[in-house]
Amino acid sequence: MHWDIVIDNFDYFLYGNTSIDWVFPFIHRPEGLFAAIILAVLGIFGAFWIGLAAGLMRLSKRMWLKYISVAYIEVIRGCPLLLLIFWFYYLAPVLTGQTMPEFTTTMFCFMIFTGAYVGEIVRAGVLALPKGQLEAARGSGLSQMQAMQFVILPQALRNMIPSFVNQFVSLTKDTSLASILGVIELTRTGVQVDNREMVASFEIWITIGGLYFLICFVLTSYSRRLEAQLSRYQARDR
Amino acid sequence: MQYNFQWGKMFSGEPAQWMWDGFVTTLQISTISLIASMVLGIIICIMRMTPFKPLQWFSLAFTEFFRNTPLLIQIFFWYNASHVVIPEAINNWLNDLFYWFPGPFSMFGHEFVGEWMLFNVELITGVIALTVYTSAFIAEEIRAGIFSIPKNQLEASRAVGLSFLQGYRFVILPQALRIVIPPLISQALNLIKNSSLCMVIGVGDMMYQAVQIESYHAIPFEAFTVALLIYLTLSLIVSFCINMYNKHFMIQVMY
Repeated sequence: MHWDIVIDNFDYFLYGNTSIDWVFPFIHRPEGLFAAIILAVLGIFGAFWIGLAAGLMRLSKRMWLKYISVAYIEVIRGCPLLLLIFWFYYLAPVLTGQTMPEFTTTMFCFMIFTGAYVGEIVRAGVLALPKGQLEAARGSGLSQMQAMQFVILPQALRNMIPSFVNQFVSLTKDTSLASILGVIELTRTGVQVDNREMVASFEIWITIGGLYFLICFVLTSYSRRLEAQLSRYQARDR
Repeated sequence: MQYNFQWGKMFSGEPAQWMWDGFVTTLQISTISLIASMVLGIIICIMRMTPFKPLQWFSLAFTEFFRNTPLLIQIFFWYNASHVVIPEAINNWLNDLFYWFPGPFSMFGHEFVGEWMLFNVELITGVIALTVYTSAFIAEEIRAGIFSIPKNQLEASRAVGLSFLQGYRFVILPQALRIVIPPLISQALNLIKNSSLCMVIGVGDMMYQAVQIESYHAIPFEAFTVALLIYLTLSLIVSFCINMYNKHFMIQVMY
């Protein structure tokens, strides 16, 4: 057993050669676990807005809005993330006219990919509210938009928090795919150290699996607790 | 940036042949691991529901661990590191598999030559990783389905005079399976999509072949688009099946 190799390289797994200073992006070349977390957080942030738009568009009465959203959600949910990443990696230069760094590519891919799933969550969350809520809001004089903004979404989004946390967990797991494109995040650091040392594969992969497990398990348990808490305050049909 | 689309290249000669190879491999790896993960998932689920505590703990640890680590890490683990924990006899057996099938052979009207043979170490590693990963999810789905049936159904069946197993066989499972089957189909869909990750260890599936075509013929966009369309067709067929199932067989259970 060569646990000393893992101990020696543990800081490399955690943050790699990330440099932090006071020049604008503040964090330069994020690597290791740190990069995985940044990718996941930025990804879920973008995915939230994309998903909110997609979910509400899917509920819209205007057919063309609905069909755009349905096509987006079905296509993205139907193809593997890895394929999407590669596809976007080769598509982006054609669209923008210049090469796009791997980190940015994967980040956009995570946003687009998770956006489709978040869209389904938003749709389910809005549909799960009793119909009377919308009717009462419209009846008290709010427009459709206002009813959504002040009555439906505040309730629906709160009920969706556990699902968002679960989606964040699965996005955290998906960030490992960025390593195939060459982003130096946790999985890639593992591959690098494994290829350099060659004798400590078992220890390295157990450690890296353990790091992912730690984050994901804590968040999953948290979402279970949240779910139990939130279900008490939900508006219900009689 | 100038990019010349060369769609013609994709549908003839080497790229078409490679893509077909990849398609066959994807179907093989997902079919084998789907069947295996069903079996393993049911076993894990049964272990979770037995009254014997250590089995429950094992099953809980199994599902929690394999659901909360990325599949990519698991594939790397099984391929690079599992030989440390696996007994040597099994290791030798796995490594010798390649020599069991010398020379090309044909199956499904398709010639398997050299590294495209069905039984190589990479494919078996991929199958193991996918099976273990998917079975953890399947076990959870089945358990959720069984738990969604109220407990008094079982109590009522016991009171009627059925034994414990008969209660499950005639009362619980027929209702639970109806709830469980749509999530199981979507797990199968996930499995097909996840099988694309096996390219990292060199399984020649569709994703691997797309990368191969990209590097040999310099038609990345076309290669990945064709692969995407094939995956999309597969998954649309499956989700169509789910919708049809829900329409025709889903009976609203009243409690």
